[in-house]
Amino acid sequence: MVASSSRVLRSVMREEAFYFFTSIGNYTGQSAASLEEFLLKVKDIDLKSLEFHLFREDFEKWVAQTLGDSRLAEELRGVRVQKVAGNALRDRLYFLVSKRLKELKGFGVAR
Amino acid sequence: MKSKGQEMSLDYLDRQILQLLQENAKQTYSEIGAKLDVAHSTVYDRIQKMEQAGFITKYEAMIDPERIGVPLITAQMTITTDPKETENIAVKMTEFGQVLEVATSFSEELVVIAKVVARNQAELHSFVARSVAPLPGVLRIRTAIVTKKYKEERFSLGQSKRAVSQKE
Repeated sequence: MVASSSRVLRSVMREEAFYFFTSIGNYTGQSAASLEEFLLKVKDIDLKSLEFHLFREDFEKWVAQTLGDSRLAEELRGVRVQKVAGNALRDRLYFLVSKRLKELKGFGVAR
Repeated sequence: MKSKGQEMSLDYLDRQILQLLQENAKQTYSEIGAKLDVAHSTVYDRIQKMEQAGFITKYEAMIDPERIGVPLITAQMTITTDPKETENIAVKMTEFGQVLEVATSFSEELVVIAKVVARNQAELHSFVARSVAPLPGVLRIRTAIVTKKYKEERFSLGQSKRAVSQKE
């Protein structure tokens, strides 16, 4: 199920934000409280962090459960299944999230 | 033992009793008295006074979690903090049941150091991500999971004596 675009685009409370780690218990100090902020972080965050969270399914869970965007979550799941890594992972995530952001901002209701 | 109003200082016999209690708190007053060559009533009296004065804070059993079927992992967390929030973070950390010890330290940055236990790595990560990282003023967290312990003891009066003699 996909929530309305305003819900997906909203800023969440700090308890619900996405916190970037590089390994178990090792927090980078970077977090994202919205999809837009998430995109900015994806651009610069340590690649180790992206690979760590992809492997743990953290991206797709946060996008689906916290933001309510099952469609983007499914696309992120695809990236995980394809085992994309390194800079290709960063590029792929950036492409998918920025594309989705454009769609959400262009339409009143997410599809 | 000298007592002056609420103030109380320990004499040599008190310290010997404390050392024996630290070695084995289940010893009877008679056993301690026999080792120190004093009456068990003296030992009882001294211990009562040291408890009331707060020199002895509690008696506890040291258990091996694995032996009783609760496998735990232990981790040492170092939380780099915004100096304005260090105290608040330290106090908040004391409220979590998973946290066994909390301290603050200053080297290049102000940090909160905490000893944490969890049933597994997933639970540890979930705790750090959901409860610690969102605390206001947390700048970074480094977590080291203990893989093997080589020594674990609490401070004892015997150790302090050894430390002094090594210096001399």
